[in-house]
Amino acid sequence: MTETRIERHHYDVVVIGAGGAGLRAAIEARLAGKKTAIISKSLFGKAHTVMAEGGAAAAMGNVNSRDNWQVHFRDTMRGGKFLNNFRMAELHAKESPQRIWELETYGALFDRTKDGKISQRNFGGHEYPRLAHVGDRTGLELIRTLQQKIVSLQQEDKRDHGDYEARIKVFSETTITELLLDGDRVAGAFGYFRESGDFVLFEAPAVVLATGGVGRSYKVTSNSWEYTGDGHALALRAGATLINMEFLQFHPTGMVWPPSVKGILVTESVRGDGGVLKNSEGTRFMFDYVPDVFRKQYADNEDEADRWYKDPDNNRRPPELLPRDEVARAINSEVKAGRGTPAGGVFLDIASRLPAEEIRRRLPSMYHQFKELADVDITKEPMEVGPTCHYVMGGVEVDPDSGAAYGTVRGLFAAGEVSGGMHGSNRLGGNSLSDLLVFGKRAGGHAASYADQLTSRPAVSVAAVEAAVETALAPLQRDTGESPYVLQQDLQAVMGDLVGIIRREGELVDALRRLAELRERVAKVSAAGGRRYNPGWHLALDLRNMLVVSECTAKAALERQESRGGHTREDHPAMDPKWRRVNLVCALDGDTVRLTRKPLPKMRSELISLFDRGELAKYLTDEELAEFDALTEEER
Amino acid sequence: MGTDNTQAAGKPGAKRPFRIWRGDENGGELRDYTVEVNEGEVVLDVIHRLQATDAPDLACRWNCKAGKCGSCSMEINGKPRLSCMTRMSTFEEGETVTVTPLRTFPVIRDLVTDVSFNYEKARETPAFAPPADVAPGDYRMQQVDVERSQEFRKCIECFLCQNVCHVIRDHEENKQAFSGPRFFIRAAELDMHPLDAKTDRKEYAQSEMGLGFCNITKCCTEVCPEHIKITDNGIIPMKERVVDRRYDPLVWLGSKIFRRGQVPQTSVTSGHSSGAVTASGAHGGAHSHAGGSHDTAAERQAQQGVNWHREVPHPTAPAVDVNGKLPLTELTFDRAAAPSPFGDDVTFPLPPEHLNFAHPQQDEPKH
Ligand SMILES: Cc1cc2nc3c(=O)[nH]c(=O)nc-3n(C[C@H](O)[C@H](O)[C@H](O)COP(=O)(O)OP(=O)(O)OC[C@H]3O[C@@H](n4cnc5c(N)ncnc54)[C@H](O)[C@@H]3O)c2cc1C
Ligand code: SF4
Ligand code: SF4
Ligand code: FES
Repeated sequence: MTETRIERHHYDVVVIGAGGAGLRAAIEARLAGKKTAIISKSLFGKAHTVMAEGGAAAAMGNVNSRDNWQVHFRDTMRGGKFLNNFRMAELHAKESPQRIWELETYGALFDRTKDGKISQRNFGGHEYPRLAHVGDRTGLELIRTLQQKIVSLQQEDKRDHGDYEARIKVFSETTITELLLDGDRVAGAFGYFRESGDFVLFEAPAVVLATGGVGRSYKVTSNSWEYTGDGHALALRAGATLINMEFLQFHPTGMVWPPSVKGILVTESVRGDGGVLKNSEGTRFMFDYVPDVFRKQYADNEDEADRWYKDPDNNRRPPELLPRDEVARAINSEVKAGRGTPAGGVFLDIASRLPAEEIRRRLPSMYHQFKELADVDITKEPMEVGPTCHYVMGGVEVDPDSGAAYGTVRGLFAAGEVSGGMHGSNRLGGNSLSDLLVFGKRAGGHAASYADQLTSRPAVSVAAVEAAVETALAPLQRDTGESPYVLQQDLQAVMGDLVGIIRREGELVDALRRLAELRERVAKVSAAGGRRYNPGWHLALDLRNMLVVSECTAKAALERQESRGGHTREDHPAMDPKWRRVNLVCALDGDTVRLTRKPLPKMRSELISLFDRGELAKYLTDEELAEFDALTEEER
Repeated sequence: MGTDNTQAAGKPGAKRPFRIWRGDENGGELRDYTVEVNEGEVVLDVIHRLQATDAPDLACRWNCKAGKCGSCSMEINGKPRLSCMTRMSTFEEGETVTVTPLRTFPVIRDLVTDVSFNYEKARETPAFAPPADVAPGDYRMQQVDVERSQEFRKCIECFLCQNVCHVIRDHEENKQAFSGPRFFIRAAELDMHPLDAKTDRKEYAQSEMGLGFCNITKCCTEVCPEHIKITDNGIIPMKERVVDRRYDPLVWLGSKIFRRGQVPQTSVTSGHSSGAVTASGAHGGAHSHAGGSHDTAAERQAQQGVNWHREVPHPTAPAVDVNGKLPLTELTFDRAAAPSPFGDDVTFPLPPEHLNFAHPQQDEPKH
């Protein structure tokens, strides 16, 4: 390397990630008057959020007026098996409706009810119809709306300052590889432009991570190339901590056939609209898998389940609408028992349940996608589906109110999928999109006020930048190492086979050993070609992030000896109330992942009183129950 | 789920020939590859396999692999498509599949083009104007009233419509004044929004976005992967009210086309027998509207999709003058605009036998 040009920018708030969480955070920071940059690995408007189909959960009560934030809170906690950070679940349930209504003022056009309000649909785990939606492209509507709001802010700036980019600028196709610190304070972010391979340095006192998830470490996943856990790894390296990394959501119904579309999701609304799951023997098997905790809400026979679609107040719900981890596990058991399809899935049948016209109207893009991609007509034949790695509940441990990262770093905030705690051990469908908005806004706002109250701007050290340049260029300068694609495949095999949906101690130990081997190989990876738009090089740089995040997942999965939500241990199949009181926290000690146990914050009394004792008994320890009894005694 | 090994039905992959444009803004070439293709795969799968094997640095954009994000736009056998939605089974076995970048935008590298034009236009399009006296949460709209706008909000910003629109595809200089079909439907969407407070969307589209340049060839509608009726439901209603009130550049443009159109349309010599076609100057050749309503045969074909069963053509070189240079200025050129980088005698969509890509700034002589 003869010379390295580094473009420098100064901002007040740098938001890494242009999905729902990042854009909402950036809007808030800009509205607070901060000079804001948005950075994204792909083009503006292409982030993962675009793929969300089902909808955004918010207790607006438009369809069933009995819905309110308390019910939503309860559903969220139940879905997360009470491991959620209660404060985040509370804020989320309370603020989601405002965040959705706000989108309308930005120009969003949700589907409507008869009286002209935002329509809401049923979804797994939600007691009432709660998901604001637009056909089956809600994520697209959300991201486009936020994108267009940013444009409108830029138009304001153009009017006031003569420059669209005076106060908010989007850096698309730009990847951040390192956060830079000044002592324990965030000082900036370093990365490269994908297009040119040139380096860029953002100097900023406050950084919001909104980088999404980690699914790319798995073989069958609904996630795109962007999901390499960059934000998780950046946070770790900056001294922040991750929690709940053992909890990954496997979407129950990803396509398993044909192979090219493996991993593409079949939205849950197919089930919400009447689709049923059948095994290769034609049995509607979900009735056999209703866990005791859900018996009261879910039907145990087909007649009642079918009546529910017309009369939800007097019937229990069909078991196809159980939380997704239950559905995923049920499918997995059916396949393991030899009742799966040849491709290793089960059938999802809507064709025999609704008229073709109705299916096309309700699920237009699903219909389209299957027709065009797989030549399958979902109005005529069932789909072949199976569990697919979809969402990571774990993430940066944050202060629930501000989104500020815990650990030793200041000035770092996180929101969206990259943050942890909100969803506990399992996320309800539709809760993510509203999570992005609620906590995106909070993180953006708090990042802005953090930047405001600083008396001195942290400075970026030259040595740190030089080190970052060196790390980034290393794979290009080596030609002896392995191809990044091979390493990625090996990593995916380890995670998919050994740290997948059903886990065992022996396999997890094996996984950790293999990850350690991979770490050596990844350290020596080499990428062919030059710096301009070179996907091999980009992947080589992503690998180290994928690796460290995978280590966190494997370690935490080995440690947690129980099954809960998105973590299933075959050798510890039951949920254990003692484990409910524990969060597993990952931090980086030099190069190695260090795992510690941390007690879960205790729910405030007015929140815990929202639940019946009978329900709590399934989750809480005797000690906690006694406390609860004392509390209710007092109130009487 | 470990479904990988259990797939009984997947035939072991056959080797299939591919030609992929490799290069950057300084030029490049179509390179031949032979790649394994498995049953049920799409073009993007094949590109990924190439990246993992022969061409680790092959640049292409993608995200969702499900036709939802609009990242993976490219031209496949000359036809603008989403590569994640183009099934390999639509090609003949043994047929060479030629993959080239979008033509209307400058190449960055390989299959990646600089689409920043579209983001600039997005930024110039006035945003939603919320009604002043309606509080958040009080918006009331009927489903029938939002549906018209919702159709346009299906847009995934793949920019395929922008890529085929002849107004900018053939005339780089129009980019300044012309926002393109993607943004006409954005304007239409807001015009039809029941609560949008801005009342001059149509006039604005006419005066500032270059709506008048559009002569309703419908090429944009034909390529839209979301099947948005860009012209019928978006552009035409936007034109309707303003066209009589305003000076419409289309009239002016149309008269020019007519004059040049005096020369009967020369059918382009078929390429596959004579090797690389060097377009000899740009005389004749009526201005084409990219498979629009002017050529019924072409239109029919566009509607049926491309005929994939045909011999693979040789690449077409750009139209150059006697000095081997692209005629660039209006003074030396026989038309009132910069030439199409593909030669002005090339009509779009290309006749099937011409479906290959040659980079405009290609300075290396070709095979
Ligand atoms: C197929 C699918 C369907 C879904 N359906 C639903 C649903 O119906 N309802 C629901 O609530 N949720 C759904 N989800 C989940 C939800 O879409 C995601 O959790 C959510 O969109 C994540 O948003 P985000 O803002 O956190 O990140 P994303 O939208 O993923 O954005 C991440 C951003 O970070 C950027 N980035 C990442 N790393 C870097 C880096 N190193 N440098 C710079 N930029 C970087 C990326 O480029 C991207 O812009 C679905 C998810 C998938 C995959
Ligand atoms: S109808 Fe033709 S001219 Fe008009 S925008 Fe579409 S492609 Fe362009
Ligand atoms: S209108 Fe259609 S073709 Fe044009 S950008 Fe949108 S989705 Fe693509
Ligand atoms: S990859 Fe998203 S549309 Fe093709």
